[in-house]
Amino acid sequence: MADENWKPKIIAIICNWCSYAGADLAGSARTQYPTDIRAIRVMCTGRVDPLFIMKAFQDGADGVLVSGCHFGDCHYLEGNYKAAKRMFLLKSVLKNIGLDDKRLRMTFVSASEGAKWAKVIEDVVDTITELGPSPLNEFAR
Amino acid sequence: MAEVKKYEEPRIGVFVCHCGTNIAGSIDVKAVMEYASTLPNVVIADDYQYMCSTPGQNKIAEAIEEQKLTGVVVAACSPRLHEPTFRAATKEGGLNPFRFEMANIREQNSWVHMHQPEEATAKAKDAVRIAVAKASLLEDLIPKSVPVEQAAMVVGGGVGGMQAALDLASAGIKTYLVEKDPTIGGRMSQLDKTFPTLDCSQCILTPKMVDVFRHENIELLTYTEVEAVEGYIGNFDVTLRKKARGVLTTEEAEARGFVGGGCNGCGDCEDVCPVIRPNPFELGMSPMKAIYIYHPQVSPLIYTIDFDSCVKCGLCVDVCGDKKAIDLNAVDEFETVKVGTIVLATGYDIFPVEEKHEWGYKNYDNVITSLEFERLICASGPTGGHLIRPSDGATPKRVGFVLCAGSRDNTGVGKPYCSRFCCMYSLKHAHQIIEKIPGAVPYIFYMDIRSFGKMYEEFYYRIQDEGAKFIRGRVANILEDPVTKNLHVNTEDTLLGRPIDVEVDMVVLAAAVQPSEKTEATRRLFGVSCSQDGWLLEAHPKLNPCGTTTAGVYLAGVCQGPKDIPDTVAQAEGAASAASIPIHRGEVELEPYFAVCLEDICAGCGMCVNLCPYQALALVEKDGRRVMQVTEAKCKGCGTCGGFCPGGAIRMQHFTTPQIVAQIDAFLLGGEQ
Ligand SMILES: Cc1cc2nc3c(=O)[nH]c(=O)nc-3n(C[C@H](O)[C@H](O)[C@H](O)COP(=O)(O)OP(=O)(O)OC[C@H]3O[C@@H](n4cnc5c(N)ncnc54)[C@H](O)[C@@H]3O)c2cc1C
Ligand code: SF4
Ligand code: SF4
Ligand code: FES
Repeated sequence: MADENWKPKIIAIICNWCSYAGADLAGSARTQYPTDIRAIRVMCTGRVDPLFIMKAFQDGADGVLVSGCHFGDCHYLEGNYKAAKRMFLLKSVLKNIGLDDKRLRMTFVSASEGAKWAKVIEDVVDTITELGPSPLNEFAR
Repeated sequence: MAEVKKYEEPRIGVFVCHCGTNIAGSIDVKAVMEYASTLPNVVIADDYQYMCSTPGQNKIAEAIEEQKLTGVVVAACSPRLHEPTFRAATKEGGLNPFRFEMANIREQNSWVHMHQPEEATAKAKDAVRIAVAKASLLEDLIPKSVPVEQAAMVVGGGVGGMQAALDLASAGIKTYLVEKDPTIGGRMSQLDKTFPTLDCSQCILTPKMVDVFRHENIELLTYTEVEAVEGYIGNFDVTLRKKARGVLTTEEAEARGFVGGGCNGCGDCEDVCPVIRPNPFELGMSPMKAIYIYHPQVSPLIYTIDFDSCVKCGLCVDVCGDKKAIDLNAVDEFETVKVGTIVLATGYDIFPVEEKHEWGYKNYDNVITSLEFERLICASGPTGGHLIRPSDGATPKRVGFVLCAGSRDNTGVGKPYCSRFCCMYSLKHAHQIIEKIPGAVPYIFYMDIRSFGKMYEEFYYRIQDEGAKFIRGRVANILEDPVTKNLHVNTEDTLLGRPIDVEVDMVVLAAAVQPSEKTEATRRLFGVSCSQDGWLLEAHPKLNPCGTTTAGVYLAGVCQGPKDIPDTVAQAEGAASAASIPIHRGEVELEPYFAVCLEDICAGCGMCVNLCPYQALALVEKDGRRVMQVTEAKCKGCGTCGGFCPGGAIRMQHFTTPQIVAQIDAFLLGGEQ
């Protein structure tokens, strides 16, 4: 199905205080990682409405990454717990509509974990590349 | 999405930064700029060497005026670095500063894709398109000014915390100094002398401790811990647990009607107390009673009962007599204080070096740590300043100093970092034994000697001249002679390139340091991040080394990372200065990222109310129906409610659903929405 040059389209929604800062740190340290990710910054993963993720898949995203602070470290105490619960539910919804739930991933990367951020991106890109283009792609406008 | 307030016609300006070669080295900036000019709503696109410079910022202001822009996009570094800069430039041009959006094409692009110019350029184009989509929907927002409580708090009363408290107090600010131990002073009060000047540690510290105790603006709360923290910069409510001390100060006694009573530090109680236990200040090397002070210079000079070991015999109460200072039924008390800003100065502990089995600490009598050495060489210490071998009380002549004992250790047992002060204090220790014990020879086993500070290298030369022996190599193991209790230090002398075995009478391990035990719990209370090793994380390693990502909370001393006394004091003064700014300004601006209830849509289900971690939401009766109401002063703008509301009735300012959906669409659908 996919041609040789196919590159996954992956969107990352990440919190300002931990994962965004961790991603910046990977930059300062010049830690290289794959280019196939586009990040959107929110203040906290608690902001991530399941609608955003469904919209992304509907628009043809091949994968979605939600990344926040470690449990206990959320800048707003518990936004990441709430987000994790939602992502968990959402994964079962994805399965029900026939999408592999590995296309949605939630990770926890702190402001000091630049190297971990790079590792996460490598992992996510590998996983999605292996899964190939999203079956919803053909419906995306 | 009913609430979209689309501007008749968004007019966006895009500015792409080269950042010298930082960005332009891997991204084709001109191509990104040209691409930007083709995007919907973009009326001007430009590029510049350094957008953050004055001419760069002027470009923004000029374009706003000339092109009647409704929104500005700068594609450059991280918004965590320069969003404030460009917001100011946007404001300068006459637009509301929140009509600015940044595309991060440096930290999250050019620097992490240095060898993929094509992909990096494509990613930068996407980032710009995403930012333009958001900028087209940005709205005017007015930051909220809130008054700042005219008081500060310092947590931790070591030399760092004391200095921060003194500076804040001397700047006229009421300061609460919270210390978990019965006295202030921290680790520095356990030291004998201090490098490189060899000042007596207590002699330079005690006057400061007295100043702290006497300062009219400092409320000293020893034997007290932070229990809970609520609020935000300018308005923190900190609940303190005043641990049951069992002994009343003169003021407390007076409050109970015993005028002229209270503890005067006479110590009669200590003489009669029958309970004997190890003194933690002397690292267990001398005894202490259940009712105690750590050492004669404690501040405040008041006794404390350790209720874990107290048998409640009441002998102390009797001998205390009319002073009525002792209350054996004391319980912990709680108090909540309001402060505007907070400095954390919670210091360090010694790494449990027994975990490095090969050196035999706690197994061989004559292997001690450097902190134990400080107490043993100190005239007010357990041996009156006579360095002795624990095994037989003899004076050691050959003393091995093992540096990096658990520091710079990547085995997983020790710490990967350098503990920074061990080289220097070990040189100091070498000097001290040469000075005190005729004929003594220090053997210093080292990997590198890091004598980085002012007059430190000179101190190193001096110790070399005094006859200390330096052996370069990491110590593999230490073996005890079971008869003599002497120790064999085995290492490879890397300068000679051969293994050696040095027999010594005593070994001193320069053990690594680690964040103090309560650091983890404390940082969580204050919402401060930590680095991978557990040290508290500064807001920016170069540009904001005293701040944290939690506005209003600052760092001083070793809690942020190992540093010696001069660096601790310097950082404390920096933290105090930073913490005094909001207080002296009198008000702070909060980012206006509040939740707003769209009352037309709100179904009054109340699901959001319990989600808010700050109790900012409530259901109220309005025009005959129930709707949610936000208390702006409590809302911190996390968006947890907005991410959940089933009807989309909560608008998160600056992160609205239409804005985020537009970003998603812009990326995936190429922005043709
Ligand atoms: C063996 C040895 C020798 C040294 N010799 C020298 C020297 O010669 N010269 C030099 O410049 N430096 C020397 N140092 C380093 C020096 O000890 C530190 O630089 C200095 O003590 C740092 O001060 P601080 O205030 O940051 O931390 P600390 O001294 O550790 O003080 C922290 C304080 O905070 C309190 N605290 C901790 N957690 C809490 C909490 N949750 N709530 C309330 N209170 C809390 C602690 O009880 C303590 O009083 C030496 C260190 C060692 C180990
Ligand atoms: S009551 Fe407790 S503190 Fe007082 S003398 Fe007895 S054991 Fe010691
Ligand atoms: S955004 Fe919502 S959940 Fe977060 S603090 Fe404000 S009201 Fe509470
Ligand atoms: S702020 Fe990072 S997950 Fe809440």
